[in-house]
Amino acid sequence: MEQIRPEHDYEAFLADGRFMIQRSRSSGAYVFYPRVAEPRTGVRDLEWVEASGDGTVYAVTVVRKRPPEKDYSVVLVDLAEGPRMMSRVDGIEPTAVKIGMSVKASVVTEDGKPLVIFTPKGGQA
Amino acid sequence: MSVDAFPRGGTAIVSGATYGMGEAPGYDSMDLAVHASLKALDQVGLTPADVDGLFVALPSDMMSQLSMAQYLGIHPKVMSNNRVGGSSFQTYAHMAALALAAGECDVAVIAYGSNQRTSAGKLISSTKPSIYQAPYKPMLPISAYALAASRHMHQYGTTREQLAEVAVAARKWANLNPDAFMHGDLTIDDCLSARMISDPFTKNDCCLVTDGAAAVVMTRADRAKDLAKRPAYLLGAGSATTHMDIASMADLTVSAAVESGKRAYAHAGVGPEDIDVVELYDAFTINTILFLEDLGFCPKGEGGRFVAGGAIAPGGKLAVNTNGGGLSCVHPGMYGLFTMVEAMEQVMGIAGERQVKDVDLAISHGNGGFLSSQATLILGSEATL
Repeated sequence: MEQIRPEHDYEAFLADGRFMIQRSRSSGAYVFYPRVAEPRTGVRDLEWVEASGDGTVYAVTVVRKRPPEKDYSVVLVDLAEGPRMMSRVDGIEPTAVKIGMSVKASVVTEDGKPLVIFTPKGGQA
Repeated sequence: MSVDAFPRGGTAIVSGATYGMGEAPGYDSMDLAVHASLKALDQVGLTPADVDGLFVALPSDMMSQLSMAQYLGIHPKVMSNNRVGGSSFQTYAHMAALALAAGECDVAVIAYGSNQRTSAGKLISSTKPSIYQAPYKPMLPISAYALAASRHMHQYGTTREQLAEVAVAARKWANLNPDAFMHGDLTIDDCLSARMISDPFTKNDCCLVTDGAAAVVMTRADRAKDLAKRPAYLLGAGSATTHMDIASMADLTVSAAVESGKRAYAHAGVGPEDIDVVELYDAFTINTILFLEDLGFCPKGEGGRFVAGGAIAPGGKLAVNTNGGGLSCVHPGMYGLFTMVEAMEQVMGIAGERQVKDVDLAISHGNGGFLSSQATLILGSEATL
């Protein structure tokens, strides 16, 4: 069976512009953040799969900065596949990010590293 | 099926003390923890040589139980340095009760101290940054609790005014406590107009950053009466966890306090309706609301409405965080042990101007991480045995 090296593999995929999550071959359940085994069952049959990138904002806060630094959102996004992740919603004012908003993932480069962020889906912003 | 043999009332806190509340320049965290411990031991005529159970977690010393035993010149039989953040101290009381009841030790000291305010000027973090969170620059721990508050407001209509009620009530209690770091008037409007830090929290929704130390001494009940006039008996204890990182918390409006509280109530044979005083770990205003709900003082979602109108302030319907809490009394990184000292003082009837009348049952509740770990103690007077 292929060896899973969670952080290493995740970051390598991201460097190729791919947002990957994990799925158990036996249960079909999706897993994020990446691990070596499925939570609870401990089954070691996780495989990497491409995330749909579809998500819904579950919770939101805006981190306030003193000018000239800009405020930014920190959100928890429920992925369409099930797992929840921390991220940021770009493309609108941080205070306009609302719980329940439909968002789409993209991989951007920030501070020299690839990162998954979200933008509102068409018509929502 | 396992049989729960928790020694209800079999052990007691016979003494408790704080030290260096607010600012204690020039001291190391260990110095402060030792000062608080010696003060607590002095009050019941004990010395370090009597201590054979030692429970301590200092902020930046991963083996602080060894360092503290060395500092005190003792060789304890039972030690722990379990690290579940601010709830560590409630888990120590739980473990100490089991160890004392089993005869594994006779005198247990639980201690904490931190010089974070005068040494670092900010909260010292002892957690590993996650690559799945750190790049998004949440202002931790504030943003994690702010996310929980956003969810509570969305689901239950909780308002910023209701969050402010928690801060205002804490300040009113602090004004009755000479040891509290913050004194003076604080209004709902002050809170609402304060600078936003991580929505919906302004600085008034966030705990203080102070120095401070606390310690308690526990013995078996048979000895407790010889040491203290009115021991605070440990009737029940429970701890529970649901996650570490806030993104892994299944429901941001329900904490593991539901489980820790259930276990503690079951040991004690009492329910929320019996409790006279409630000391909750209020790192942020949302904590008080969540824990009042999760510990059964009001239905889920009603916490905001429950605290409105000064209901948890002095003279309100429920006495909550009577020392002024982490919001207005003291918050040296981990606050959990201070709730235990305050609950003990209320049961002993020695809390001065802020003493609540006829306290027989008090809750001391610790929270750790990012709502991650919850631990609940129920202390009772002799009348509850």
